[in-house]
Amino acid sequence: MTLTETPLDAGTQADLESHFEATIARNDRIEPRDWMPDGYRRTLVRQIAQHAHSEIIGMQPEGNWISRAPSLRRKAILLAKVQDEAGHGLYLYSAAETLGVSRLELTEMLISGRQKYSSIFNYPTLSYADVGSIGWLVDGAAICNQVPLCRTSFGPYGRAMIRVCKEESFHQRQGYELLTTMMRGTDEQRAMVQESVDRFWWPALMMFGPPDADSPNTAQSMAWGIKRNTNDELRQKFVDMSVPQAEALGVTLPDPDLAWNDERAHYDFGQPDWDEFMQGVKGNGPCNAQRLAHRRRAHEDGAWVRAAATAFATKEATA
Amino acid sequence: MPDHVHTSAEDEHDSAYAGLLVNDAHWAFGTDFEDPLAGVDTTIPEGIDAPTLAAYALMLGDDSLVMSHRIAEWTSNAPDLEDDIALSNIALDLLGQSRLLLARAAKADDSVVPALPEGSPAPPEDALAFFREAHEFRNVRFAEVVNGDFAEATVRVLLFSVWRLAVWERLRASTDHVLSAVAVKGVKELTYHRDYAARWFVTLAQGTEESRSRLLAALDELWPLWPELFDTHPVEAAAAASGVGVDPATVREAAEAVLDQVLTAADVPRPEVARRSGVLGRTGRDGMHGEALSRMLAEMQSVARAHPRGQW
Repeated sequence: MTLTETPLDAGTQADLESHFEATIARNDRIEPRDWMPDGYRRTLVRQIAQHAHSEIIGMQPEGNWISRAPSLRRKAILLAKVQDEAGHGLYLYSAAETLGVSRLELTEMLISGRQKYSSIFNYPTLSYADVGSIGWLVDGAAICNQVPLCRTSFGPYGRAMIRVCKEESFHQRQGYELLTTMMRGTDEQRAMVQESVDRFWWPALMMFGPPDADSPNTAQSMAWGIKRNTNDELRQKFVDMSVPQAEALGVTLPDPDLAWNDERAHYDFGQPDWDEFMQGVKGNGPCNAQRLAHRRRAHEDGAWVRAAATAFATKEATA
Repeated sequence: MPDHVHTSAEDEHDSAYAGLLVNDAHWAFGTDFEDPLAGVDTTIPEGIDAPTLAAYALMLGDDSLVMSHRIAEWTSNAPDLEDDIALSNIALDLLGQSRLLLARAAKADDSVVPALPEGSPAPPEDALAFFREAHEFRNVRFAEVVNGDFAEATVRVLLFSVWRLAVWERLRASTDHVLSAVAVKGVKELTYHRDYAARWFVTLAQGTEESRSRLLAALDELWPLWPELFDTHPVEAAAAASGVGVDPATVREAAEAVLDQVLTAADVPRPEVARRSGVLGRTGRDGMHGEALSRMLAEMQSVARAHPRGQW
């Protein structure tokens, strides 16, 4: 489906463009039936799809611990949380569908490696404390990234993000609550929490993307109102927010350069290993192959079920 | 200007994550919410034999605990997102039923709760779930079977919920008000589980040749464990006699009638497969299980057992 099937004359094209620009300038929403530049549409599809894929791939690292959750209460919480992520994927794919691209097409782009997902999910979950660290740090970083998207210029995406962010805030809180509870437990549990935070702190900082100087798409996305803050702004916000939380929790963040800077009124902090980040982006991270293989297998194993549903619906419609 | 137009770079959404260190009231519930029966009157009504009530509640609680674990294994593996979500829902409902039932069993007779190392803060529901051996579990063997394909999940959920719903519709009249309340809530959940599975059962039966043959194979595979669901264990007989529980044999006809409706709608014949025997006449309700349960428990209990004094 495309919304520009009839070639437009130059005058009409200019009117549409200026209408679009004016809508963006007013901070108003672009809706699916509105005219939009092809580049805007492509950027949105890429970003929403990547976000949806991240939710779906993100079910795996935490799903890894559902069968081993150490209490029935934690098992219920974790199961519900991973279920929420499936829900987020569902409404993000739906938002992408309003741009004329189907969930199936996007899924195939994911499993063939043509579209990306957040590299954070290529890190393994190695202890139950990781469920807490993912909630606190990974969902925390995701919220920093996503809250501004509630005001993104494309209506369906922004509205989906409002609900996603509310649920993510809850997820972050459950992760922090798990870690707080574990810190009140045994020495082994405290060590488990620290070890987990040591592993997830740097990858969480990577979630904001490369430094602004190396982020080629940021300027255009900001001009279109798709993105509202630069990577470095959001990373700073996340660090400033996390330091007091780490102190309250009683863990040490693994960054010797972390220090309050009076002059800037922000924390100074070190840089993550961007080479490792790039390895993950290129597909060479610790779990890239595993995550994609899992998703591909689930999709392929389900093919006969989807075919049956389609065949049954056709029979019903013609009966 | 429309009211969804934002002029400020900061708005109320920006503060969604700011309150992490504050335990304020807008969160649905606080922390340390551990006892699933908190606020419920758990006194044992007169005339009810507490050990029978406890043993009976454990059986029902173990059924859903083990079944929930298997269904939860589908998470991130379902054919479509809608089914991933639906299966997680079913697993969550069953897990919720278990928590109430295990807590009820422990309140009725704390001698069913295994002793834990000194200093363990694990509540009774967790002591029961994570610190019993396979032979102490009283679930029907049907619940523990290793997962197969989506047709197997469909048949599993259908048969289990048709059976459990027939029992629980009567359990609503239990003389134990806690079991009665659990059943009232559970009937609504199980009705959804049954309807979800029944819809897929008909869809797969009538869909493609492949889906039909997979469905028939799954039905043949699980059918041998179906009759065991209606066996009467002495604990169930005693619970039924005192009005606490339901003798499953008495709901067989009703359950078969419901199942027949689904089979007819799907145009699937009743399987002709013999029931699976037990070991020296003993089956799941006696603590005699298949090989799969101890493996499942080894995984499920691993973290809890490695940290018996842990706080979770």
